[in-house]
Amino acid sequence: MKFIHIFLIASIILNFNLLNADEIKTENKIAKNLRCLICQGQSVYDSDSEFAISLKLVIKNKIQQGLSEEQIYSFLKMKYGEWILYDPVFNRNTYFLWLLPILIFLAGGAIIIKRFYNKK
Amino acid sequence: MKSKFISLILIFIFSITFVIFFKGLKNSNIYTPNTNLKKEVPSFELKSFENNSIIISEKIFKDNKYYLMNIWASWCVPCKGEHKFLMKLKKDERIELIGFNYKDNFKNASSFLKDLGNPYNIIVSDKDGTASIEWGAYGVPESFLVHQNKIIKRFVGPINNKDLLEIEKIIR
Repeated sequence: MKFIHIFLIASIILNFNLLNADEIKTENKIAKNLRCLICQGQSVYDSDSEFAISLKLVIKNKIQQGLSEEQIYSFLKMKYGEWILYDPVFNRNTYFLWLLPILIFLAGGAIIIKRFYNKK
Repeated sequence: MKSKFISLILIFIFSITFVIFFKGLKNSNIYTPNTNLKKEVPSFELKSFENNSIIISEKIFKDNKYYLMNIWASWCVPCKGEHKFLMKLKKDERIELIGFNYKDNFKNASSFLKDLGNPYNIIVSDKDGTASIEWGAYGVPESFLVHQNKIIKRFVGPINNKDLLEIEKIIR
């Protein structure tokens, strides 16, 4: 009897956590992709500043409200601008940033192939 | 001829990259929010600071008046510095001051107001800081000038004499 009581109480306590494992995973993923605005070089996930603690809470609430990851990002982008996202969006200002590595890679590949055939 | 052409292209690419990165060095790597915004006031439902009654944003910003929404906390040192300017602003009838008590405890916040004076018409308490995030705030103190349900100006950091003159110029 006592065992059943303990088991019941334990299961009730464990069920108090409203987030399931998937939601915690998404929450952490989002927090890792956000720049902490007051602590340089840290993500919101890593930071323990007042701002980051509140932001993590906001993310948790938004997930519970049923918002998708993209919706949360766009909400934060609207509030704080693109600076808060670690992953820069592909637009006019960032063409160079996204395309330069590919161009360099292709040019390097072309040089290597050319050298290889010349040697042959 | 061909190798000359390749080296010219390489120099060209290198100089363009250099110029872009050099210009990038001068960009600020600290978050600088846009201070002139015309955004709608985010709606909130918060507990009043004095008693636990619920206050909704629509009820606060309902008149055709100017409102200064000031985020403050008793533990925040710069808030003490800006307080005298808020007290000055209190005397102006064209503007109402709304206090957003950020992550504070009632006892400390009340003694803060008792010692330095209470400039606010209404104070709401943002216990977990989530309502401030809805406003796009990221620290204390921060103030938002609101008119006709729109944020017209944002002041990051403590209000100083210059900001006070700017506010007076806007509400004139």
